[in-house]
Amino acid sequence: MDGYLQSLLGILLSAILTENFILVKFYGICPFMGVSKKIDTALGMGMAVTFVMALASAACWAVDALVLQPLGLGYMQTVAFILVIASIVQVVEMFLKKSVPALYKALGIFLPLITTNCAVLGVALVNVQKQYDFLRSVINGAAGGLGFTLAIVLFASVRERVDKADCPESFRGYPITLIAAGLLAMAFMGFSGLKIG
Amino acid sequence: MNFKKQLHEGLLTKNPVLAQLLGLCSVLAITTSLFNGLGMGLSVTIILICSNVLISALRKVIPSQIRIAAYIVIIAGFVTVVDLMLQAFLPELAESLGVFIPLIVVNCIVLGRAEAFASKNGVLASAVDGLCQGIGYTVALVIMCVIRELLGAGTFGGGLLNGGEGIRIIPEGYPAMQMVMPVGGFLTLGFVIAGFQYLTTRMRDKKMEEAK
Repeated sequence: MDGYLQSLLGILLSAILTENFILVKFYGICPFMGVSKKIDTALGMGMAVTFVMALASAACWAVDALVLQPLGLGYMQTVAFILVIASIVQVVEMFLKKSVPALYKALGIFLPLITTNCAVLGVALVNVQKQYDFLRSVINGAAGGLGFTLAIVLFASVRERVDKADCPESFRGYPITLIAAGLLAMAFMGFSGLKIG
Repeated sequence: MNFKKQLHEGLLTKNPVLAQLLGLCSVLAITTSLFNGLGMGLSVTIILICSNVLISALRKVIPSQIRIAAYIVIIAGFVTVVDLMLQAFLPELAESLGVFIPLIVVNCIVLGRAEAFASKNGVLASAVDGLCQGIGYTVALVIMCVIRELLGAGTFGGGLLNGGEGIRIIPEGYPAMQMVMPVGGFLTLGFVIAGFQYLTTRMRDKKMEEAK
């Protein structure tokens, strides 16, 4: 039992730090670039993504283990997962609209964007590839989301200053933002020496 | 003549990576060797052409309320086909691209072209558009690959030339490992886009001067 708990903790820490979804694995760069102009919106996006990733990990695990594998339809994973994710996002959107309108308003525009966030489909596919069980899949999804939130919030605070900086004309806009992201990725390389589990 | 214009758009003015900044995940993640870049570029080009053709052919049948869901299913179908083909015929490529092949489903370039072009234009024009955008994407990938591989591993054409080893240009021990690591992806793309912006503004200024 101890070994199992340890492996869960290992998944949690490595998904946040050593294998950070954005800065090491490059999942979800589009929202990372698009929604990191302000800390508030970055935090909102991060929370929404974390929630959907945990939910999607659980649902995709269930679909894979209970439907696709018994029927020998493993090759339909990509199609099945993207449909599951799209419907989860839709359901979450409707649920929040009815029951937590305040949160819905705060996240509003980000919710539909999450369907095409490769972090969500990515985590579902990686869970299957690594043959995680249900609990490990959910932890990996939630931790991946937390790592995403950490990176995007950190980066938003860097970017608020970078945008005001005086830099050569050709570098204005995306190039300097990418270079700033590169420096942040370099900082995260420091975690790669960490041995977990 | 339309082909020329579309190719110009795909390569320069509307280059999916350098001008529109779409599909950056794969651009940053897999551009560590020429083999990876060409393989990914070709896969995306094939998927773009196929999905553009089918979506354009079905554009009058698909109800507009559910069009995005329909597009995603069509794209996912083609991605699965390409994924299985790669696993069967080019297992080394499938191995090194890993999860980024199935992730083409959520690559904004493919869905973006479906929504912006294929849903409004005829089948032939959509096929040409898919080809041109695919070429633009591949060119951007290859540029990234060549720079990162040269600086990071010191070779050219890794996975393809010289029995998969690549041609060594910088002697061993000198290349900066960081360039083939995540950091290098961000830095290289930043510099490549900066260079691209510099070139396009210079070209525009020249044109304006000529007009005067």
